[in-house]
Amino acid sequence: MNLETNESIGISNARYPELLELYRRMVTIREAEKNCGAMFAAGEIPGFIHLSDGQEAVSVGVMASLRADDTIASTHRGHGHALAKGLHIDAFFRELMGKADGACKGRGGSMHVADLSVGMLGANGIVGGGVAIALGSGLAQKLRGSDGLAVCFFGDGALAEGIVHESLNIAQLKTIPVLFVCENNGWSEFSPTSTQITFTLERLAAAYGIPYYNADGSDVEKVAELTADVVEHVRRHRGPAVLEFATTRIRGHYEGDSQRYRNDTAPPVDPLAIARSLLEERGIDANELAAMETEIQSEIQRAVEAARLSTDPTLETAIQEVYAIVGVAA
Amino acid sequence: MNETRFAQAINRSLDDALARDSSIVLLGEDIANAGGTFAVTRGLLDKYGADRIIDMPIAENAIAGMAVGLALGGFKPVIEIMFMDFMTLTMDALVNQAAKLHFMFGGQGSVPMVVRTQHGGGINAGPQHSQCLEAWFAHIPGLKVVVPATLDDAYALLQSAIDDPNPVLFVENKALYPMKGVLTDDLPPTPLGKARIARAGSDVTIVSYGAMVYQAMEAAEQLASEGISAEVLDLRTVQPWDEEAVFASLSKTHRLVIAHEAVEAFGVGAEIAARMAQIGFDELDGPIMRVGAPFMPVPFARALEVDYIPSAARIIEAVRATDV
Repeated sequence: MNLETNESIGISNARYPELLELYRRMVTIREAEKNCGAMFAAGEIPGFIHLSDGQEAVSVGVMASLRADDTIASTHRGHGHALAKGLHIDAFFRELMGKADGACKGRGGSMHVADLSVGMLGANGIVGGGVAIALGSGLAQKLRGSDGLAVCFFGDGALAEGIVHESLNIAQLKTIPVLFVCENNGWSEFSPTSTQITFTLERLAAAYGIPYYNADGSDVEKVAELTADVVEHVRRHRGPAVLEFATTRIRGHYEGDSQRYRNDTAPPVDPLAIARSLLEERGIDANELAAMETEIQSEIQRAVEAARLSTDPTLETAIQEVYAIVGVAA
Repeated sequence: MNETRFAQAINRSLDDALARDSSIVLLGEDIANAGGTFAVTRGLLDKYGADRIIDMPIAENAIAGMAVGLALGGFKPVIEIMFMDFMTLTMDALVNQAAKLHFMFGGQGSVPMVVRTQHGGGINAGPQHSQCLEAWFAHIPGLKVVVPATLDDAYALLQSAIDDPNPVLFVENKALYPMKGVLTDDLPPTPLGKARIARAGSDVTIVSYGAMVYQAMEAAEQLASEGISAEVLDLRTVQPWDEEAVFASLSKTHRLVIAHEAVEAFGVGAEIAARMAQIGFDELDGPIMRVGAPFMPVPFARALEVDYIPSAARIIEAVRATDV
């Protein structure tokens, strides 16, 4: 199963897919991550995983406007980005379980999952680590003379990192087609972001002279609508833009996080619930939705079962790829 | 024969690479309009334009990170970090991103980028403009580290570094920039990881790289007048280093000295000494000696720096200590 980009599903006139399709993509991410959480708790997925429950609308809504040749650089909370950009669900689960046939042959895991063939330049274990990579990727698009762009995802916690400030300046200075997308969930790991920074992204973007837009990151249509406009702007003007989406981090910073530091009592805003009730309002039969959800669940179960049967990688193979081989294009 | 300076050899290498491969772009601080702090990139902007010779603001981390993105996007960026001391500001991009990407992504893609920088003392630039930090980078799996000593190597090794699909640190020694010599025309390709016998000898091997090769040569010259025949091996590449060549030389001379300008403790010499003690133990007729800077920051004052940088005299002292 692939969360396909617009081109491959043949959208011609619409600027982004209809809500039912966006919902299907969000359910896929949610269901995949539900399995991740359970498999982590059961010890089937090792290491650290950071789930994006509550942020699916940003992944799906932004990616709805991207083409296969556009690139993205992601974060430690990157499952949604990876799947929405086109990483195959089989390669995804195999990688998270550390299998030889995972997306990265079991060497990266959740925090480094990547698929360069779909323009997914990697999740990143370093906060802000992907920002300048996206900037360079955007410059590559520009120098190549294409109308492609690079999207750089980061959280509000990354706003305190110097690299974000360096990159905003350079993006505008050199008019690089890069879209900065901030998923603002209000948390810098275990601390409220309000205790970490003295500015807003809107004012920061203004300081650098970069166009800034924001929307409710829990409403996938609003995300898709705004992104479609801004992506068009970036493609045409070959310069940067900043998008900020207010989101909710439903789970902890990482799986296993007891969240004792957290005292937000309001029920989380769930982008899937919002989309589902909109669909029902628009007359989509609840049974039809349930059938779609069941189908996605069973497809994910199949992927999980297949991943369980995959083999473990060996150190002998891994050490062969510390360096790319001279004279061989990777 | 026309004489060329070391800095010009690098300039010519960049020029020829830019001319033959349109995917090569240069990024750095003051490299375009200003032509580089040491004039290494002078004239390239006029020849190749601002899309390929790109002046960057003073933001080393972003420059290095952008190079990773450019490399993934099909370009071969060659970035300049003005002083090796400023490499501290590029560490995330190089160590966590560039070095690991090919491995961490399971062999997908590669990062064919070159970081040109310069190390070394000799011009009283002080503690933050003189350090030799190459051992840090040699310690990181996924990075390659090149330190040329001669004009021909500066030219040819830079060509190989640019064509290498991995991130390569190309370390020039600032004291060598004004050095004059003859740059050979039509040099054959010089692979990374192969040492050069700078002077053949039979009694003791002196392994070195970069500017320290010249101290080693001076030491060998003086030792020759006393009837001691020293072989000087120029490593050229610190990572990967030519273990085979060092072992072959040791097997011939049975005595080993490793000399570099970097601080001796935990340095490149320590790695070579440890390996040779392990695989060359039976060949050794005396203790392996290291010559490096003392364990202190590079001092500013002329009187201090001149004693800080290892000299030919210190190498000779070390040779004597190998029971030659």
